Amino acid sequence: MSRTPLDTVEHAAETPDVELPWAELGLKKDEYERIVEILGRRPTGAELAMYSVMWSEHCSYKSSKVHLRQFGEKAPESDALLVGIGENAGVVDVGQGYAVTFKVESHNHPSYVEPYQGAATGVGGIVRDIIAMGARPVAVVDPLRFGAADHPDTKRVLPGVVAGIGGYGNCLGLPNIGGEVVFDACYQGNPLVNAGAIGVMRHEDIHLAKASGAGNKVILYGARTGGDGIGGASILASETFDDAKPSKRPAVQVGDPFQEKLLIECTLEAFREKLVVGIQDLGAAGLSCATSELASNGSGGMRVTLDDVPLRDSTLSPEEILMSESQERMCAVVEPAKVDRFLEICAKWDVIATVIGEVTDGDRLEIYWHGGKIVDVDPRTVAHEGPVYERPYARPHWQDALQADDANKLPRPATGAELREQVLRLVASPNQASKSWITSQYDHFVQGNTVLAQPEDSGMIRIDESSGLGVAIATDGNGRYAKLDPYTGAQLALAEAYRNVATTGAKPLAVSDCLNFGSPEDPAVMWQFAEAIRGLADGCRQLGTPVTGGNVSLYNQTGEAAIHPTPVVAVLGVIDDVARRTPVAFQEEGQLLYLLGDTHEEFGGSAWSQVVHDHLGGLPPRVDLERERLLAEILISASRDGMIDSAHDLSDGGLVQAVVESALLGGKGARLVVPDGLDAFTFLFSESAGRAIVAVPRSEEIRFNDMCGARGLPVTRVGVVDGDTVEVQGEFELSLAELRTAHEGTIPALLA
Amino acid sequence: MTARIGVVTFPGSLDDRDTQRAIRLAGAEPVALWHKDKDLRQVDAVVLPGGFSYGDYLRAGAISRFSPVMETVIEQAKAGLPVLGICNGFQVLTEAHLLPGAMLGNDHLHFICRDQKLRVENARTAWTSDYEAGQEIHIPLKNMDGRYVADAYTLDKLEAEGRVVFRYLDLNPNGSLRDIAGITNEAGNIVGLMPHPEHAVEPLIGTGRTDGLPFFTSILKKLVGA
Repeated sequence: MSRTPLDTVEHAAETPDVELPWAELGLKKDEYERIVEILGRRPTGAELAMYSVMWSEHCSYKSSKVHLRQFGEKAPESDALLVGIGENAGVVDVGQGYAVTFKVESHNHPSYVEPYQGAATGVGGIVRDIIAMGARPVAVVDPLRFGAADHPDTKRVLPGVVAGIGGYGNCLGLPNIGGEVVFDACYQGNPLVNAGAIGVMRHEDIHLAKASGAGNKVILYGARTGGDGIGGASILASETFDDAKPSKRPAVQVGDPFQEKLLIECTLEAFREKLVVGIQDLGAAGLSCATSELASNGSGGMRVTLDDVPLRDSTLSPEEILMSESQERMCAVVEPAKVDRFLEICAKWDVIATVIGEVTDGDRLEIYWHGGKIVDVDPRTVAHEGPVYERPYARPHWQDALQADDANKLPRPATGAELREQVLRLVASPNQASKSWITSQYDHFVQGNTVLAQPEDSGMIRIDESSGLGVAIATDGNGRYAKLDPYTGAQLALAEAYRNVATTGAKPLAVSDCLNFGSPEDPAVMWQFAEAIRGLADGCRQLGTPVTGGNVSLYNQTGEAAIHPTPVVAVLGVIDDVARRTPVAFQEEGQLLYLLGDTHEEFGGSAWSQVVHDHLGGLPPRVDLERERLLAEILISASRDGMIDSAHDLSDGGLVQAVVESALLGGKGARLVVPDGLDAFTFLFSESAGRAIVAVPRSEEIRFNDMCGARGLPVTRVGVVDGDTVEVQGEFELSLAELRTAHEGTIPALLA
Repeated sequence: MTARIGVVTFPGSLDDRDTQRAIRLAGAEPVALWHKDKDLRQVDAVVLPGGFSYGDYLRAGAISRFSPVMETVIEQAKAGLPVLGICNGFQVLTEAHLLPGAMLGNDHLHFICRDQKLRVENARTAWTSDYEAGQEIHIPLKNMDGRYVADAYTLDKLEAEGRVVFRYLDLNPNGSLRDIAGITNEAGNIVGLMPHPEHAVEPLIGTGRTDGLPFFTSILKKLVGA
């Protein structure tokens, strides 16, 4: 029996003509040629494995990089930003010596292939990013998008995704406090499973992914390395689905939340004892990513003995070990004198930990297998100097026709009875219906610090028990708006998340984003992407909220059909005392309802146009970010000074949707009066941005009006909290019971 | 003087720190206990907290039940040490045969997290004396395997002896037989329940109710004789 010789660096130099399967690993010809040029020889199999995963779209951002730069170039001055883009997650100063790290990431493609594990490992990955910054994770949020609610495949994907998020997050002990669930046929073969997490630490505990100090040990700890997820990054996340190809199921990773929980506790204990110089989690591209990023961010090189990696499957090749995306693994750089203590802590938590290498004083990443050197690269060329594409982009030819198809011209309800019927249809439609069937599968209570959780406008977590300091997070994104106008759509997502944070009484500080788009090889998609980033970067500059990090997910496309451009924006805010938070639910009968902001006839992309007319056309609502900022200031002041008892932002579904939600949550109805200058339909269904509805105790009425007047925010009294119906005077009345049945019955009927 | 109440951390325990907070808010001293350590550190009572110890792999509570700390807990509980098992802790108590019956997967096969209405059926145990029998309270519930089952003889015996401590009201969230949410042993020193009283101890947090605090004030009063 003959053995293939080990493909060492030496062997590669001697056998320049050996053909390597670069195309099968997802590399283009010119990319492969560039690798050969960088190395001055053909790569070894192991080197090729590393480059292929690290230069994949998912890891290298090669199509998006040239646009993402704007987040840095246009970043507003912010004293709050402690760590910006480029690390595992951004870090924001929230005062009192606390720092908060947060990030949103996608796990879209795996969740379509294998909904439970895809979604579960999405949670696991984002949580490890948070731990890798030195923080204790304190909450997760999950913005989700699925195909049509009544499509049979949605019944396969959604329950699996929800069970996976719950199964993993609940077992980690992280409260799930927010997110979204949106249905649209455009996500049919490409559900979006975005996962966000927040972590808290003291300023001095911030850790970074870098390997410094020659002689320091590189320790791999957590789960053993197995064959799962091999090629996940390069093959799964970077190509469109095609029915003709074989099932990709083996490329999806399998999660073990119990192992991750141990990893969290063990890592935090090591941080507390100051044992860690640098740290990196193993996510996409596994060891290839962790070793090359740690080495390239540090001052020296790194030498790794791959034989020392604990394996779940002893038959794995070195290439597979380097590419494996087995979950629940982390890599720490530890000074030699502290290695024993580090290993002791791992043993205490029953976590396997192994020294696999050390930091060298060179500048090469060298990896050995069975005594032979199989990788010898400049780690920067792997981690940071991947290809950069200036993909062509062009405004799609159909954009004008889409915008000309004006939703404002759709037939409107003419009578009170028609209005009533359409309100009922709206609040019962899958997108506007209660999502409690889904969110009740997530633990909101664990850790005992949850102040607000979905369906509140933002999730809120107390971070200091004595002072009441808290943080809030909201995620929003409206693909319908973005399809009509990606620049405005991205700003509307930002504005809504910003507003949602302020509605609960918190001051918006910083932004993370998850940019979900179709194939970058389609110039129309690339134009949507470029426009959305331009809109978001401009918007963040104007609102003074820097983008701290995020994630790009491309190739959300089946054949020619791309998803709606879907930039999901997460805004993080801070509140000095969570006792001042403002909930959505109506609290007391007799309180006065005020509409803040201006209402125009804006129905393009609206929920009404979708539910009643199955229509998407026209222009999305206009954005006025100065107005958003003023509205936020008013909402925060009113919360701090006790002038409002409940507040709800107005967005999809308009005012009537917001009032119905506040009424059902509070178990108290409302009597509404159509204000002068508006017709009932526009009043109820318009989706003009920059608006909120608040309930003001009568004792605060004058003070609240004076404040809005002094600052120039339009405020209109529109009704009162009262009774057990939602009534629009002179038009119609709906009992809370009827509304509840409509609003809460839809999702269980479709999915339970 | 106050009481020392131990909270065991198993690998995969999640609500251990929350339970310590609840004990502190009630005025007692929380003491962290480690699953590998048989020493109970001279505590006056023990809480087995919620979570997914050992990932709930095999069966919820089945592996924890054999941990070193449980050897001592089982021995001392039989001798009268007050022990409260919450959710996963309740599952550990049934696996350890300190309480009868067993927990199966929820009948609807989903994890469920909700503000659950309960009726206090027995206010004479070490952990429920600050409630009144018949009192209706709301306590958060969150579990995957919360369906309490036992054979008819055991259920009849529990009922006859007044050892059903809590019953679900309005909605049975997991298919538990006879709506049972919590039970006690014959002596009344050991209580297990699925809902989470440690998540209902502060007015702003969670559901905003404090209906769970009496668990911890009950035991404190019993221990310090107040």
